[in-house]
Amino acid sequence: MMKDLTNPPIDRIDGRMKVTGGAQYFADFDLPNTAYCVIVGSEIARGSIASLDTKKALGAPGVLGVFTHQNMPPIPGWDAPVGGEADGPAPKPKTEETYRILSSPKILFDGQPIAIVVADTFERATYAASLVKATYTKQPTRTDLHKHVSDGVAPKGAEGGNYLRGKADAYQTAPVTLEANYTIPVEVHNPMELHGILAHWTAANTLMIYAKTQGVNATQQAMAQAFKLDPKNIHVHTEFMGGGFGMGLRTWPQETAVVAIARKINRPLKLVVSRSQMFTLVGHRPYTVQTINMGADRDGKLIGIAHAATAETASYEDFTEATVNMTKFMYACPNVSTRYRLVRLDRSVPIWMRGPGEATGAFALESAMDEMAHKLNLDPIEFRLRNYTETDPEHNRPYSSKHLKEAYQRGAEAIGWKNRKNEPGSVREGDWLIGYGMSTGTFNAFRWEASARILLKADGSLTIQSAVTDIGPGTGTALTMIAHNVLGVPVDRIKVEYGDTSLPKAPTQGGSAIVSAVGSAVYDACTAIKTELAGLALRAGGPLAGQQADELTLADGVLSVEKEPKKKVAVSDLMQANNLTVLDKTKDSKGGPELGKYSMYSFSVHFVQVRVNPQTGVVRVTKAVSVADSGRIVSPKTAASQMIGGVAGGIGMALTEEAIIDHRFGRFVNNNLADYHVAVHADVPAIETIMIDKPDPIINPMGAKGMGEIALIGFAGAVANAVFNATGQRVRDLPITPDKVMQKLA
Amino acid sequence: MNPFQFTRVTTPKAAITAITKENGTYFLAGGTNLIDLMKREVIIPERLVDINKLPLATIEKTATGLRIGAMAKNSTVADHELVKKHFPLLSQALNAGASAQLRNMATVGGNMMQRTRCPYFYDNSMPCNKRSPVQAGPDKGQANGPTGCGAIGGINRMHAIFGTSTKCIAVHPSDMCIALVALDATVNVSGPKGDRQIPFSDFHRLPGDMPQKDNTLQPGELIMSVDLPTNRFSDNSHYLKVRDRASYAFALISVGVAIDMKRGTIQDVRLAMGGVAHKPWRLTAAEAFLKGKPATEANFKQAAALAMQGAKGYGENDFKLTLAPNSIVDALKTAAKTA
Ligand SMILES: Cc1cc2nc3c(=O)[nH]c(=O)nc-3n(C[C@H](O)[C@H](O)[C@H](O)COP(=O)(O)OP(=O)(O)OC[C@H]3O[C@@H](n4cnc5c(N)ncnc54)[C@H](O)[C@@H]3O)c2cc1C
Ligand code: SF4
Repeated sequence: MMKDLTNPPIDRIDGRMKVTGGAQYFADFDLPNTAYCVIVGSEIARGSIASLDTKKALGAPGVLGVFTHQNMPPIPGWDAPVGGEADGPAPKPKTEETYRILSSPKILFDGQPIAIVVADTFERATYAASLVKATYTKQPTRTDLHKHVSDGVAPKGAEGGNYLRGKADAYQTAPVTLEANYTIPVEVHNPMELHGILAHWTAANTLMIYAKTQGVNATQQAMAQAFKLDPKNIHVHTEFMGGGFGMGLRTWPQETAVVAIARKINRPLKLVVSRSQMFTLVGHRPYTVQTINMGADRDGKLIGIAHAATAETASYEDFTEATVNMTKFMYACPNVSTRYRLVRLDRSVPIWMRGPGEATGAFALESAMDEMAHKLNLDPIEFRLRNYTETDPEHNRPYSSKHLKEAYQRGAEAIGWKNRKNEPGSVREGDWLIGYGMSTGTFNAFRWEASARILLKADGSLTIQSAVTDIGPGTGTALTMIAHNVLGVPVDRIKVEYGDTSLPKAPTQGGSAIVSAVGSAVYDACTAIKTELAGLALRAGGPLAGQQADELTLADGVLSVEKEPKKKVAVSDLMQANNLTVLDKTKDSKGGPELGKYSMYSFSVHFVQVRVNPQTGVVRVTKAVSVADSGRIVSPKTAASQMIGGVAGGIGMALTEEAIIDHRFGRFVNNNLADYHVAVHADVPAIETIMIDKPDPIINPMGAKGMGEIALIGFAGAVANAVFNATGQRVRDLPITPDKVMQKLA
Repeated sequence: MNPFQFTRVTTPKAAITAITKENGTYFLAGGTNLIDLMKREVIIPERLVDINKLPLATIEKTATGLRIGAMAKNSTVADHELVKKHFPLLSQALNAGASAQLRNMATVGGNMMQRTRCPYFYDNSMPCNKRSPVQAGPDKGQANGPTGCGAIGGINRMHAIFGTSTKCIAVHPSDMCIALVALDATVNVSGPKGDRQIPFSDFHRLPGDMPQKDNTLQPGELIMSVDLPTNRFSDNSHYLKVRDRASYAFALISVGVAIDMKRGTIQDVRLAMGGVAHKPWRLTAAEAFLKGKPATEANFKQAAALAMQGAKGYGENDFKLTLAPNSIVDALKTAAKTA
């Protein structure tokens, strides 16, 4: 276990670079002779291309080619699985359709690429793309999930099917029952940075890729499959990312197409999709409808919960996520059943979006918990405490660590929960109604396999190397803190090299798993160096001969005997005396089988205060407190930033975000940042973050669990619950826009 | 975006000559709306005439009030001492619009001339009579994509409840114009046939059979300035904007209120609403009702009910039938400081 941090919280190590333009994102790379491409998207959501006129575009200045289903260069591994997901390239379950980019005139979703126009500049490619004209044979379009819920199919795989503990219908017989339906609309990640790729065939069979991917190794693997190459011949680089949020968790078909076209034209080729294409080409949070049935006794003990979710997916691919999982283990409830279904629609395929399915599910479960608490006339925290569980009821095993009770208590104090009245609609300030709400969040704490290399030089500087990409949370900063804590190297002497396949292999950044996975590898490699240094110092003739290894401490480049600080040796002297210019250790790290005895989760609690104008229905979040129980916090500042970002995203999810489809056409009508409303500064109040900061003794040597997802999971429920507390009205369909609130109060 | 010619002019006369000479010529002011429309190919100009060098950005006192140049930036007007002091409604309305960056670029003339934000208008693959008008005629413009009205029977949550036609139910999206119509502004224009003045309430028009025409500006005319008459409203003005997020969103409903109050009685009042019609919507019946009456919630409610006569919802925007009168009452209460 890591000892206490020896330095005050550090700033993000790449912060200065990011705000001064020093950080190079994929699109910032310029290679000589680069060509640019622009995708022309379908204007229908279902049918086929009747005619496609590319003549004008081909004749436009600077155009190098227009690629359509008629002349798309072959992708030799097309029928290989569409790889690149976080947990490896799993073959997708068979659906009735297949989608291979630019392979047929068939149209399966709005915005589906029908042509890729290549020119010598981005502007010329853009103009030429506008000259491509298509006509279509339209078919009836199915995009409205509500109309097709009954077509739901049980997907294959771990997240499909049903779960049952106890009796499925036990809730029906409970003295107090609740049935409620919740809806989450399509949400789009919309990070600042647009998606894309720069592909360069440096030789016939070797490929250099700069991409917006959350995992360079995964992209390497996917391209190796698609082009039947040895992964060793593919070099992928993604050091910085202007926000990922899940959209970069797989290799998208257009990326593969760009690589194929680059080979054909024999030039480096760059694609940056447009903002409107961010709505159709790189996934989204799926529209999901949920029903919760809940039964409790009059003392507030849960008797049964049934949670059913139906989500949209594409006609050509089943995308699943863990929407109903939280319900299985969150509360001590003897009877729990869940059901998860997919409806295949004429839509592009979804992908995980921050907090993924768990955030969707938590909105329903935690809203329902609040509704039930109200029926029971119990304080919502008290209701949760009456159903608190110290062991995981789904798997019948202990949690590796859980300090949720403390999180409830500290969050409640910070928000001023005592000012909340259990009677809704009873607090007013002028014309505004005031309400408080809270909600719990949880997410798996993973321990994936990862490797890292540590180089300690005789001059006292240290380099950390790992292929992992930092999608924004401050991975480099966290790894720096871990190395600093093991080896005592001052943080300003530590350099991190990452986001490149030439470095030791690491998993895709996602699932809040990177500090645990890569951090453990860094920890192990640093520990190996420490052991070696100790060995050199302690051996016969060494400067600390006769001492014991466990008496040594290492700080600021000096190895010393803890109780006799005068007995010491500078690491640099030690290395020089042994003719060492560098100590170099690479470690592969993964959890042992003992982890299987525990359920490992991070937990969060979100508290908000809202003001609601009963005349206009306007809701403002006026205070937010988020508490994280995610083990040891290795980097306090970036951890707090994660929580703050989660709240900003959560406010968007709760109040503003919704990608709207006109189902007559199956197309989005607000696919831009003016009309798709992410929360802006004025929507986000001052946020207090609280870290429980107690190490998890099981998961990894740092005792750290992930927090990227829990920062968002549950937040929307807290807002909905606060709106109810303020008004006595329950909005079950996100986002909670003024019209919905105002109409309920009218 | 399509290739186009670009000229820069320094005198209004040159601007008018340039735009009259060739079809498909557009003035370029801040560009915050026009450039977006060009990128989406909703408007495909042959030629842009950059009017940013015209000496039309001054804000000055006149014998009857204030004159604001057409090229004055939205942010400059909002922050101007005379505007803040004597026409706070205008300052509030401007600051409720768009974002700081956009307000730094947007001009008074461009703001008046901005097109609707109806999503069908912006998407050439969708039906829209405003973008692709049915009738032939001098104002036909470019037919771009299918005709029809996508919003009727479609996504129309943001759309109009007053003065609609079977051809178009779009709203004029400006906040600034709500204040200007409430404050009895006059628009000074100059054109090939000379100068003329247009009362602000006659500047924008209802869609009728010609939804492609947003306003009554004639071909070749340039907006020179806007005149505001002196008033007694500065102590009791309020601009309420109800929107989907706290900033940087168009109005679901907005209400501009300016009251001349004496000891709790409304001597005179101006009321206008945004987000409800194809033009800034002045509430004359409500104004007439309130004049001379005490500033009470009951009176505000009656005025709001009067204002709502003739309103009609189109499905998704039915909520405006309630939100609008609620907002009128809320804004009146705030302006009258009875809240
Ligand atoms: C994302 C976004 C959000 C926005 N939100 C809001 C909002 O909340 N509220 C709001 O009110 N507005 C909002 N706007 C609109 C903004 O106010 C307008 O785009 C702006 O006022 C237009 O002014 P401009 O000078 O940039 O006009 P331009 O784009 O340069 O021109 C617009 C039109 O006016 C014509 N024109 C310009 N000047 C003259 C003149 N002197 N005489 C004759 N014709 C002229 C041009 O030829 C052109 O057709 C938003 C815009 C964007 C892009
Ligand atoms: S409301 Fe007007 S602008 Fe919108 S689609 Fe209909 S015609 Fe076009």
